Amino acid sequence: MNLGTYVARRLGLMIFVLFGVLVITFIVSHVVPADPVAAVLGSQAPPELIEKVRHEWGLDRPLPEQFINYVWNMLHGNLGKSIRTDRPVSDDLLQYFPATIELSTAAIILAMVVGIPLGIISAVRRNKLSDHFARVFSIFGISMPVFWLGLLLLAVFYYKLGLLPSPGQLDMLLRPPPVVTGLITVDSLLAGDWIVFSNYLSHLALPAFVLGFASLASIARITRSSMLEVLRQDYIRTAKSKGLRKHVVITRHALRNALIPTATIIGLRYGSLLEGAVLTETIFAWPGVGRYAVGAILYLDFPAIMGSVLAIAVIYSLANLVVDIIYGVLDPRIRVGE
Amino acid sequence: MKSLPGLSSRVERWKREHSSQIDDVKYTLYLWKRSPLSMIGLVVVAALVLVAFLAPYLAPYDPIEQNLSDRLLPPSREYIFGTDTLGRDILSRVLYGSRITLEIGIIITLIGGSIGTLLGIVAGYLGGKVDELLMRVTDMFFAFPRLILALAFAAALGPSLMNMIVAISVVDWPIYARLARAQALSAKREDYVEAARAIGAGTWRIIFSHILPVCISPIVVQVTLRLGDVILTAAGLGFLGLGAQPPTPEWGVMVSDGRNFIMNEWWIATFPGLAIMLVVLGFNLLGDGIRDIMDPRLRR
Repeated sequence: MNLGTYVARRLGLMIFVLFGVLVITFIVSHVVPADPVAAVLGSQAPPELIEKVRHEWGLDRPLPEQFINYVWNMLHGNLGKSIRTDRPVSDDLLQYFPATIELSTAAIILAMVVGIPLGIISAVRRNKLSDHFARVFSIFGISMPVFWLGLLLLAVFYYKLGLLPSPGQLDMLLRPPPVVTGLITVDSLLAGDWIVFSNYLSHLALPAFVLGFASLASIARITRSSMLEVLRQDYIRTAKSKGLRKHVVITRHALRNALIPTATIIGLRYGSLLEGAVLTETIFAWPGVGRYAVGAILYLDFPAIMGSVLAIAVIYSLANLVVDIIYGVLDPRIRVGE
Repeated sequence: MKSLPGLSSRVERWKREHSSQIDDVKYTLYLWKRSPLSMIGLVVVAALVLVAFLAPYLAPYDPIEQNLSDRLLPPSREYIFGTDTLGRDILSRVLYGSRITLEIGIIITLIGGSIGTLLGIVAGYLGGKVDELLMRVTDMFFAFPRLILALAFAAALGPSLMNMIVAISVVDWPIYARLARAQALSAKREDYVEAARAIGAGTWRIIFSHILPVCISPIVVQVTLRLGDVILTAAGLGFLGLGAQPPTPEWGVMVSDGRNFIMNEWWIATFPGLAIMLVVLGFNLLGDGIRDIMDPRLRR
């Protein structure tokens, strides 16, 4: 199968999965709640009012019809209106998404930059002290409650030591750069505003570390085990016996193959960063989709909750798609196996 | 007295007949001993179970009763972990919280595990359209980050401990379904299943008495590996206010209680969070250990 067909196939599957995502969000928003209207209006609301709102929201129609309407609206980017902000949910999401993208991208970069070398060192120096240290470190990483780690680090680095800035994206006195992309890193660079850029990075550091910690751990673990697997292969022995230097064998010969499983994990983790973002953003007052979703939950703002869930699921599936495609590029055997 | 020689010869015979199994158990024990990290995991999990059972005897105070004259006290001899905003003893609350954590973990894995296993086996065994349908449904579930979907379900059902348990179970079953399906697919090609069918055993009989047993051991490994994750998710939902409600001493809720006091009254959030981390660490170490020990490639 050539790359084009492979990508087309994956895209087809993706469309199917996205349809499934719609089915599930529909079930959650239309079928599961005892009564979304009562949830919004409160249990004391007069029955006539409840009837009226039910009719307005189309909740009195048969479920299949509701579903078709739902899909139609979603396909047109109409995610409904947020009860809390009184704006279209899609506008809210567009406003909050850049902050989440920046946070999770910073987190995954941090996790890769630390996690991959950690895994390689661990594998190359197997059962030595550095390996044990790396393994214990990574198992701590996946066992850490993100919200707790965030709180503790905030208490230590901000309140006690004063080394890092307060929660939020920028210091109070700084103005955000003019919005071009919505990404403050990019926008501040475009505006040539180095002060805002560096201030933003200092605000980003701690939440990105907290969010990336678990991913760092899984990346290190998977790199270690796939590296160990690869180092056992014949071609590595051949390379070594040709007299190549150790670091050449490791970086040129072993790493390329060892990174295939790592690539998968990175993609999967990027998706689950969105899930960690819900908790991290809450702790660090980071104005992203996660915090928006949590605010919506506390307010029982169903359109906003479902919009956020849908958006996160779409990004998650896209991340998985990208992983699959990279996977196919890195390892042609996978395309044949499809 | 006469029966003793008879007994010992019977024991001898039993030992001889089961020598391979006995060696297997001995070898497993040997592998356990060689893996200090899994032993630590086992100890932590055992401690959790013990504390959960003995909480009423271990806890120095009532976990719920308020004592406003003793609020926000730092750790001391009287209150080892300090007190919270309502003057409740944090140590007692952490100890009682172990019951809730264990309960959550057990119920979710029981619901998710049994539904997932059953659906997976049926789909794998029957194959065809049923199998196709199940796999597509699990695809849909895998399209969501789990915490997000659990969050959506929990929000839709309304915040409560029970609803949170339902929400996480709903999200958790597809993992078991995939695993059980894979097991069932390989088991159904075995000769003994063929033989059972040939002598006229019905579908359900084959599923329950021939396929289910071979699926159990990988599922158990998966359960131990998943438990840490399930507990983390539950604590996260608790922290967000979608799980247990106050005054229940659930650890995630307790961390959330201490959130605004983290600068000065650090103990309120620190100790319950530490408990979550330790327990999850314990399950992860244990799960890793069990997986390695059960891994046939590693054994032979």
